[in-house]
Amino acid sequence: MEIFGIWIASLLTLCIYSFLYRDNPFYRFAEHLFVGISVGYSIVITIHQGFIPLAWNPLSEAMVALGTQIRGEATPETSEALSGLFKIFPIGIGLLFFARLSPRQAWLIRYPIAILIGFNSGIAIPNVLRAAIFEQTHGTLTPFAQMHAGSMSLDDIIGAVFIGIGLICTLIYFFFSVEHQGPVGWLSKIGIAFLMVGFGAAFGNTVMGRVALLIHRTGFLINDWLGTIF
Amino acid sequence: MLEKLMNMDRRLIFILVAVVVIIPTLIPIRLPTRVSEPAQKLYDYIEELPPGETIMLAFDYGPSSLAEPEPMAKAVLRHCFNKGVNVIGVTLYANMPTLAHGLMQKIAAENDAIYGEDYIFLGYRPGALQVILGMGNNIASVFETDYSGTAIHEIPMMKNIKNYDQIALLLDLAAGSSTEAWIVYANTRYGLKIAAGVTGVIIAQMYPFLQTGQLVGLMPGYLGATEYEKLLNAPGDGTVGLNTASFVHVLLIGLVLLGNIAFFIHRRREE
Repeated sequence: MEIFGIWIASLLTLCIYSFLYRDNPFYRFAEHLFVGISVGYSIVITIHQGFIPLAWNPLSEAMVALGTQIRGEATPETSEALSGLFKIFPIGIGLLFFARLSPRQAWLIRYPIAILIGFNSGIAIPNVLRAAIFEQTHGTLTPFAQMHAGSMSLDDIIGAVFIGIGLICTLIYFFFSVEHQGPVGWLSKIGIAFLMVGFGAAFGNTVMGRVALLIHRTGFLINDWLGTIF
Repeated sequence: MLEKLMNMDRRLIFILVAVVVIIPTLIPIRLPTRVSEPAQKLYDYIEELPPGETIMLAFDYGPSSLAEPEPMAKAVLRHCFNKGVNVIGVTLYANMPTLAHGLMQKIAAENDAIYGEDYIFLGYRPGALQVILGMGNNIASVFETDYSGTAIHEIPMMKNIKNYDQIALLLDLAAGSSTEAWIVYANTRYGLKIAAGVTGVIIAQMYPFLQTGQLVGLMPGYLGATEYEKLLNAPGDGTVGLNTASFVHVLLIGLVLLGNIAFFIHRRREE
């Protein structure tokens, strides 16, 4: 069975790589198969790992517990299970997303979207500000305090000064309220240079990442697939 | 000659890249590597954990990007199992649970680690933000059961673990923006220590977090996996991958230089 899986995976890999020569039916078959299987698998996993344990199980247990309570056979367990009834509210709000399917009731979708945006903004704004602005500013300025205290090596001092120059020049480049001429123009040009280095590093890393994918598949084809033949 | 170079068939480059990948794969060549500070910091952090401590391993990548994170996962799992550090596996990616569970089982079997005592796999729950925040209050409120359906309170390893307060480190093996989410919500809000092992595509975004100490350590792509394997003295998939990648990088640098030289000569002739 494992060998069968290896062969299927290998042939599909070759179908995908056949695109390097030119677009062809084998490539399109593998591409569509990949998209279909990915979506199907994600839906099944989301139902099994999300909907059933987080919505269906608590709600059905709560309904059974409610029946037990009504019959007057309450136990501490059934009382606890009753808390699952509160899931009706988030499930109900979530179901409003399907109102989109009806043109007349489509306006109902605004409520879950409003709740989602409100919740996400409320939780994100303070945390993102702290993690991405305050902590980063602190991290950029701290070396200068250490420098003043004389507790830094020459390498670290050069690094900290370089980061400081890069930060100021890049910020100046994005400051459009002043015309980029004279000293401001020069500083913004240095900012562009830092941005280009950043983009270059990101592009180089992206190439490295894509090469890694090729190496992984080549290793699979040579070691696993050809290993089943020879 | 110049015209030929300028109009070179791109498929020739594909063939060249394929040859440069295939040869080192068939004939493994070991190139020297140096361990960088971010990988060393991560290794040291785990190395200094006393046996019985617990780390969380987030498999936040998909089947299409597992080339780089998987060798990192293998290396860190081997390190933890040998040290007696417990591991809780989790994923924020819907298409990852089966692969992540299988990988943990495989490495555990190699190192005689026992499910429920040395490691568990929680699986996947939809809504990354809610999952990260929910586990900060109570892991069992998000994962009532593990991936296999066993109730969390019945798992011996989870007896004394309620939330992030009992987790020594979260290592996010990422191919997307999940590390930033873990930093913003788990580290900033709950003080959970975070480390990352990321694919090449997102390495550059991670360094600012390393400088501020928001990341304890970092494994960048194949290089990170290779460095960790070197620290463990157990070369694996990362080392093989990096050696091959080095040859491809040389070829690509050569092609970029050649392309630029040809372009400038061509432009000068036209002028």
